[in-house]
Amino acid sequence: MKNQYSIFSLIKNAFSYHENWAKAWGDPEPKKEYDILIIGGGGHGLATAYYLAKKHNIKNIAVLEKGWIGGGNTGRNTTIIRSNYLWDASAGLYDHALKIWEGLSQELNYNVMFSQRGVMNLAHNLQDVRDLKRRTHANRLNGIDAVYLNTEEVKKFCPIINTSPDIRYPVLGGTLQKRAGTARHDAVAWGYARGADEMGVDIIQNCEVKGIKRNGDTVEGVDTTKGFIKTKKIGVVAAGHSSVIANMAGLRLPLESKPLQALVSEPVKPIIDTVVMSNAVHAYVSQSDKGELVIGAGTDDYVSYSQKGSHDIVEGTLNAILELYPIFSRMRMLRQWGGIVDICPDASPIISKTSVKGLYFNCGWGTGGFKATPGSGDLFAHTIANDEPHKLNAAFNLNRFVSGDLVDEHGAAAVAH
Amino acid sequence: MFLINCPFCGDREQSEFKAGGEAHIVRPKQPTELSDDEWAEYLFMRKNIKGVQFERWNHVHGCRKWFNVVRDTSNDQIKAVYKMGEKPPT
Repeated sequence: MKNQYSIFSLIKNAFSYHENWAKAWGDPEPKKEYDILIIGGGGHGLATAYYLAKKHNIKNIAVLEKGWIGGGNTGRNTTIIRSNYLWDASAGLYDHALKIWEGLSQELNYNVMFSQRGVMNLAHNLQDVRDLKRRTHANRLNGIDAVYLNTEEVKKFCPIINTSPDIRYPVLGGTLQKRAGTARHDAVAWGYARGADEMGVDIIQNCEVKGIKRNGDTVEGVDTTKGFIKTKKIGVVAAGHSSVIANMAGLRLPLESKPLQALVSEPVKPIIDTVVMSNAVHAYVSQSDKGELVIGAGTDDYVSYSQKGSHDIVEGTLNAILELYPIFSRMRMLRQWGGIVDICPDASPIISKTSVKGLYFNCGWGTGGFKATPGSGDLFAHTIANDEPHKLNAAFNLNRFVSGDLVDEHGAAAVAH
Repeated sequence: MFLINCPFCGDREQSEFKAGGEAHIVRPKQPTELSDDEWAEYLFMRKNIKGVQFERWNHVHGCRKWFNVVRDTSNDQIKAVYKMGEKPPT
């Protein structure tokens, strides 16, 4: 890599006051034609381009991003990474990603700040307890680390949790995945962008796709705000806007796009050294390296592309946070935002070919796509390059909505969607 | 966050309502004769429009009646509200 980051490059650049670092990726104008176009320059799209170039040796690729890279859901999620999903297909998919996360900073020569601080999921009623125990067993059969904790063990692992039996949703137990954790979400997009750019991928920002040109059942190219670009294969990784792109190609997808909200507090000293998720009361909390509490709320139940979300959703989440962590009662929240998530009826993603030749979709990640970024890119690259799914994403095809072979992770996936 | 003008109760906060998804999806007349593809279209495939969308809402914390709403999903502005069975505005 021509601009390898290391202690030596850091010292060298210190002499010029860090003003002469080379740009991590270029700003090219689109060429007339590419072998593959990726629509969407978030983590998943950039990872797809990276693995297409690296593992499948296809270099003539462009990533088209309507805004700036990582400015969508990649920069809006709560950065949680875990693989403790119930079903075998999901376990395979998410643990594939987790294994890549474990070596990602080294592979990209870019610090994605992956921190295996553990993710704990709480049970608040007897059905939660049964579901979480069942999922723990399923995880272990699939080789995924998982332990069930009783109330005392939950308290020991995260002492600031209120485990009093008198609260509205008492903590009856929980599960812990120690290999799970968080990563710096922006760095993931930037690291993949830098890696892809290095191998010759064109990353084209401020380039919105306006139409998909089809010749019968084959794609011919896309109309964009920077003109028409010819191509044989299009990989759509547009998250909440997947249906918008699908409609351009004359397809419908089994998706609904909804606002999902998150918020961060003012920064404080280290107080919570893990990630705690609570399905029943819909409150997720962790602490960023800057010291902010990162809090995830729920989705609104109506379709919206407004990136706002309703106040009552945030209020409900903060009610739960305050009951579970009374110590946070005087924290002030700094920012609140929404991202538009594309939710499948079975709460599992789609990484699939379509009825149009050369048109591929990677979508439906719903409320939990960030954790899968490296695996999703790797498997989608495989699917596009070979025109066939990898065995790990074969179950996540579009045809499952016809065959009925759904991967129903609703509720079973340790979070409500 | 927005107000919805329930045709039976008047303006109320959106949090009083339950969204019922895309409107005017017609239930198959002869379910036994549907192919798997047609079932998938009916059950799962959605327009999921960014822009003006026709949808169903239920005033769950009010009169509990269903009705239709025309809403711009890009900014949550409501264009029209009409009762079930009424002709959608154009």
